[in-house]
Amino acid sequence: MPDSTPAAQPPAGTPLLQTVGLTKRYGNFLANEKIDIDIWPQQIHALLGENGAGKSTLVKTIYGLIQPSEGEMRWRGEKMVLSGPSEARGRGIGMVFQHFSLFDNLTVAENVALGLDGKESFKDMSARLEQVSNVYGLPLDPKREVWQLSVGERQRIEIVRALMQDPKFLILDEPTAVLTPQEADQLFTVLNRLKSEGRAILYISHKLEEVKRLCDTATILRGGKKVSTCNPKAETAASLARMMVGSEIKQVKAAANRRITVPRLVVNDLNLAPDDPHGTRLEHISLELKGGEILGIAGVAGNGQDELFAALSGERLSQDPGTVVIEGIAAGHLSITQRRKLGAAFVPEERLGHGTAPRMKLSENALLTGHAASGMVQHGFVNTAATLKTVDRATETFDVRKAKRDPEAASLSGGNLQKFIVGREILRNPAVLVVSQPTWGVDAGAAAVIRQALLDLATAGAAVLVTSQDLDELAEITDRIAVMFHGRLSEPLATADASREKLGLLMGGSSLDQKEAPHAVSA
Amino acid sequence: MALVEAIILSVLAASTPLLLAATGELVTERAGVLNLGVEGMMIVGAACGFGGAWLSGSIIIGALCGIVAGTLLSLIFAMMTLGLAVNQVATGLALTILGIGLSGLIGAGFVGERIAPAPHLHIPVLTDIPFVGRILFGEDGFVYLSLALVVAVWWFLYRTRAGLVLRACGDNHLSAHALGYPVLRIRMYAVMFGGACAGLAGAYLPLAYTPFFIPGMTAGRGWIALALTVFASWRPGWLVIGAYLFGAVTILQLHAQGWGIGIPSQFMSSLPYLATVIVLVLISRARTGGSTAPAALGTVFVPDR
Repeated sequence: MPDSTPAAQPPAGTPLLQTVGLTKRYGNFLANEKIDIDIWPQQIHALLGENGAGKSTLVKTIYGLIQPSEGEMRWRGEKMVLSGPSEARGRGIGMVFQHFSLFDNLTVAENVALGLDGKESFKDMSARLEQVSNVYGLPLDPKREVWQLSVGERQRIEIVRALMQDPKFLILDEPTAVLTPQEADQLFTVLNRLKSEGRAILYISHKLEEVKRLCDTATILRGGKKVSTCNPKAETAASLARMMVGSEIKQVKAAANRRITVPRLVVNDLNLAPDDPHGTRLEHISLELKGGEILGIAGVAGNGQDELFAALSGERLSQDPGTVVIEGIAAGHLSITQRRKLGAAFVPEERLGHGTAPRMKLSENALLTGHAASGMVQHGFVNTAATLKTVDRATETFDVRKAKRDPEAASLSGGNLQKFIVGREILRNPAVLVVSQPTWGVDAGAAAVIRQALLDLATAGAAVLVTSQDLDELAEITDRIAVMFHGRLSEPLATADASREKLGLLMGGSSLDQKEAPHAVSA
Repeated sequence: MALVEAIILSVLAASTPLLLAATGELVTERAGVLNLGVEGMMIVGAACGFGGAWLSGSIIIGALCGIVAGTLLSLIFAMMTLGLAVNQVATGLALTILGIGLSGLIGAGFVGERIAPAPHLHIPVLTDIPFVGRILFGEDGFVYLSLALVVAVWWFLYRTRAGLVLRACGDNHLSAHALGYPVLRIRMYAVMFGGACAGLAGAYLPLAYTPFFIPGMTAGRGWIALALTVFASWRPGWLVIGAYLFGAVTILQLHAQGWGIGIPSQFMSSLPYLATVIVLVLISRARTGGSTAPAALGTVFVPDR
């Protein structure tokens, strides 16, 4: 029930779950310090905090994955010790992970089966899976293997898997990060329904407006400690952000004197068959992006954004060189390195594995994309000093927080690694930057830094293409927004005219006017 | 006809140890563990298997001794790689070297001894059917056991929940751990199964193939079994194709050398390796998309608690 008092009033009775003085220590490092949280049935409880604030440690402890160093948990007033997640699931605690706990080479149904206790037959389970996914509007094909699915579809598996356990208490770690507004609304309907069924929900998110809209209570963590428990509906997004960060977050702003110049990235009627039988075929994609301009591409995951990124970056080549033109030069047949030499830079969606080699140092990762056009390689030898300097510059300019000067990529938090990757590309002063999901799973502070960097890059004259599923982000930084659906790209709308409703319609495959949606961009 | 029958019989016999060892390694690798010590576990299985049979006079006790020896050796591997999180490749190689040395020590007293080889099945009427009778109903028990094992492993991996969990551990141990599965324990069982199969495969050689023990008698079959696992894309069915193909070319090239075909014998001896690699590569290329290797294969897992 919504509660309008400034501080959340606890309902009468016993909380479903309580943590009392919960502490988790790794050596001298306190990941969680004396955290008290009360979770009530029929409430959606937000857990807010920057990356590294201790949210993950806390929920992993509640889910039985981590044993607390001190303090205890109480389930319906009685002390609870969890030896593992299956025990947590046995009590009715379900979890949707942020870093998906999925198995790429197994099918959707097998993935779901692994998250259940295995009492029902595989056939019954598959049938129930289809039923649950349809009831909650989260369509899934049980027979497909996960490696073929988009990020958005993978998230659906996680959510459906948790829902199939019929949990009394459900933990969701940033569930809407990859959903369209309509999908997020559907999820909120689901969550509100679960709430009205008497279940408790712990909801981790960076989207403060969403938390204000959905949640009854919010607990804010900072540096492993609880800062406050409040009623998010009585707070403003700015006040919540202040509690999370401990200081004001800088507002992203575009420079007034941005100049739109010549076309720097042009795509002419690009058609590309997918290399995976379940991929999306790109059809008649055309766009024109001028210097100083930021074009956003919205769309539900899996509608060809990955394929478009691959075609633009040169991971997939096209037969016709003229389909991709970078800086006036036909580049459709050129390799990634050749395109980089023309002044293009690329930031893929996956930070670990695609954007960086996880087990290699940052300096080595800087070299991997910078070797072609930055003086890091001289006569075939690596200039270690230059690679380290790149790391230092990216660290300074984009406030990358790390334990050592040159750690392994995998040791950085998501937000800091993303700042490094974006920084690494921007420091090369690209003429064209193609970036996919720049702030996915990144905390508010880091997201603001990255968005500002993209705006500054455009101000400096570069053409920036941003693919994102976060419409707020696109509204904040782009000049025009086009929508991808089933491998086709819509006519771009001026961002000022692109309402959520219009974009939502395009994302669902409807056209805004009566005539067949045109593919070509007016020259 | 008699020659063809003899060839097929010897092909089956030559293929069986490969199939047994490769089936065990397939299960181990499906759980995400790369045990390169197959050759070592096989040769110790051969020495202990022969010793057990020679001392007791029973082929079955000999086979059990081989299984136990292979399992014990695999437990050393499990302790190192799972318990102490040591590098799997290095440990596996060390295990092979250890096994070869150990088998020489164990088998020193048996060299030159002979036992009666494992009896072949004889069903009146059926076995006496000309040509197919002996091939289908007149093999030694190990041949049937190896085929039954492949079917059982296939059924286990794809039709049971435990098999699904095992494949999950091999695909992504972090996720399996996050869902609450005891990754290390599951992997230990898989490694032990691999050891038992390798021990049995080794024991087959002195118990059924040649009824005596000589040091180094596995002659690289453990390595072939490892390669078969990879080229069969970790699929039990293709393992059978690969093992029998290898066995077939091995025997055929021997006969071909006997017939005096003017091709250098060294080339002929390399044919089984070439043929198996080429055929299995062609098969795995035919499968489109998706990685076939268990994604977590050979990576060390340390659960964070």
